[in-house]
Amino acid sequence: MNAIQKNRCQCATLELTVHNHPGVMSHVCGMFSRRAFNVEGILCMPANGGDRSSIWLKVRANGRLEQMIKQLTKLEDVVEVCRHDADHEVFLRLEDFFRV
Amino acid sequence: MIQRTGAQTIVELLERQGVTIVPGIPGGANLPLYDALSRSKRIRHVLARHEQGAGFMAQGMARATGETSVCFATSGPGATNLITAIADAKLDSIPIVAITGQVPGSLIGSDAFQEVDTYGMSIPVTKHNFLVRSARELLRVIPDAFRIAASGRPGPVLIDVPKDVQTEVIEFESWPEPGRADPSPAVDALDVARAADMINESQRPVLYIGGGAVCSGAGEAIRRLAEKACIPTTMTLMGLGAIPVDHPLSLRMLGMHAARYTNMALEDCDLLIAAGVRFDDRATGKVAEFCPTAKVIHVDIDPSELDKIKSAHLGIEGDAREAVEALLPQVHKSGRTKWMDHVGRLKAAYPLVAAASGGPLSPHRLVRTISELLKRDACVATDVGQHQMWVAQVYPFNRPRQLLTSGGLGTMGFGLPAAIGAALAHPGDPVVCFTGDGSLLMNIQELATAAEEASNVKVVLMNNNSLGLVHQQQNLFYGNRIFGSDYVCHVDFLKVAEGFGVPAFDMGQPDSQHSALEQALSLDGPCLIHAPIDVGTQVLPMVPPGAANRDMIGGENGHTHHSVPQHAATVPA
Repeated sequence: MNAIQKNRCQCATLELTVHNHPGVMSHVCGMFSRRAFNVEGILCMPANGGDRSSIWLKVRANGRLEQMIKQLTKLEDVVEVCRHDADHEVFLRLEDFFRV
Repeated sequence: MIQRTGAQTIVELLERQGVTIVPGIPGGANLPLYDALSRSKRIRHVLARHEQGAGFMAQGMARATGETSVCFATSGPGATNLITAIADAKLDSIPIVAITGQVPGSLIGSDAFQEVDTYGMSIPVTKHNFLVRSARELLRVIPDAFRIAASGRPGPVLIDVPKDVQTEVIEFESWPEPGRADPSPAVDALDVARAADMINESQRPVLYIGGGAVCSGAGEAIRRLAEKACIPTTMTLMGLGAIPVDHPLSLRMLGMHAARYTNMALEDCDLLIAAGVRFDDRATGKVAEFCPTAKVIHVDIDPSELDKIKSAHLGIEGDAREAVEALLPQVHKSGRTKWMDHVGRLKAAYPLVAAASGGPLSPHRLVRTISELLKRDACVATDVGQHQMWVAQVYPFNRPRQLLTSGGLGTMGFGLPAAIGAALAHPGDPVVCFTGDGSLLMNIQELATAAEEASNVKVVLMNNNSLGLVHQQQNLFYGNRIFGSDYVCHVDFLKVAEGFGVPAFDMGQPDSQHSALEQALSLDGPCLIHAPIDVGTQVLPMVPPGAANRDMIGGENGHTHHSVPQHAATVPA
């Protein structure tokens, strides 16, 4: 991502490790809508042989990011929240699939 | 090998948790659970008349004791009716475990009879929730639900159990340990030392105490801290009673309906020590102008409350009681004469003025009179509205967990079932439920439960035939255009109570008011005390919604007002 793109989206990438069961996505997405946080992108795949999932979130890195991370950490099914920079490759590689 | 059905497993796990009372209502999808419950020798079922009533009874038990309480409902409408009580528990951080029946797993998603997505619907209003997919899961889920409900910042947990899971037979080797609260995280010693320094350096500190302090049992430690360092102490609605509200250092309740002196003292403080509070808008008013000259120390067990609304100069994650107890030896004894004198002058000049009453009864006087007729520690439940604020303003709360009130969600209809719950938890002791006609009508069916259980609940109904707080706001802020807030049909509550088999007393007769009260309160079992009040009587002072707490309307003490210099000019250094 070049400097111009970075300025356009002040984003951060969050990597969540969560329990893998039906309903976890609802908990995560529900928290975002309930607290009026914006999500720019979301990816979810099973990990660790299936008992855990990884959820990748691309979010705005504004003043509410700390609160967003605290609220995510509070969710019972969220095991770990890891913050990466916006230029983490997980979303960059996907850009080819999102061209209309 | 132990062999049980899912339903039997639930009931025995609840017994092992120490649950002795479960309010609820049976229906198609939780009948196996009820069949198993019918054979329990340790758990008594209390049949509510509406699932919301069952939820609030569980809340009443939990609020009065601090222990996690349980309620049952069936699928579909049973679960949807429970949602308000669960949301209420979420906003006030009350530990309850709600167990709902669900249609059999094979029918989930088919729009079966009384099927609703209880799991999905309850996500935003619970601390956590479960949809149980096999009976074996119950051995993990039930203890986990109790652990989650009671740990850290408590809250409601919902467990949705499909009917086929209730009837499934499982075999297992041993019972799991009951779920208990996780230990709270240790308070950082450096943070405590910094907080002590800030308090020792402060000229004009105020303690701001909320429901978290009540929940953690911090009241005693807070009183000792306040006394040692001479710190005036204000409480939120949820915090009332954390220290006795008529303690000399108490500033009583802050915020929208505080006494003038309370908000004025906060305006002048240079250090706000907030413990177990969440800077709710009803307490802070316009938050940017709340305690404008103060540094803030904020103690909370929930780290997401720190810096959520107001940035703290020092945020301390931890249990309020542990934090305050750690602070105590490091805080210097201090007289703070100037600050004490200043607060004393504010108290004398801007006291809470009794609500002006054009009707037969003054609400403030009624609340006071009832408090004098009861033991000092008697449990008090309220509904939501004007009566709630009058009680909050003048009832002499003496201990934590004495006041049961819907603070965050503000649910009309909370009072009666919560009072029944408190009476179930503490049988014998009278529980007073202050209510209004609008609120009482929202869960009046629970009078039947109170009669059936012979609950020692005294319902004090302040009846102005209107939605009083709405009426007041329309009068003050909407050009007195009263719309949708006055009841044209005047319910005869004396007859209604009689219909439920509940004795009723009328305080509408001026000459026999006191004797009627005494008679009602000395009676065993439930009764209704009908107190007609004037619709024009307002809760004052009032901070308009969205305004700063210094902008209070009404409640002025005309006599002493002018003899005191402008308070801002007299703030000590």
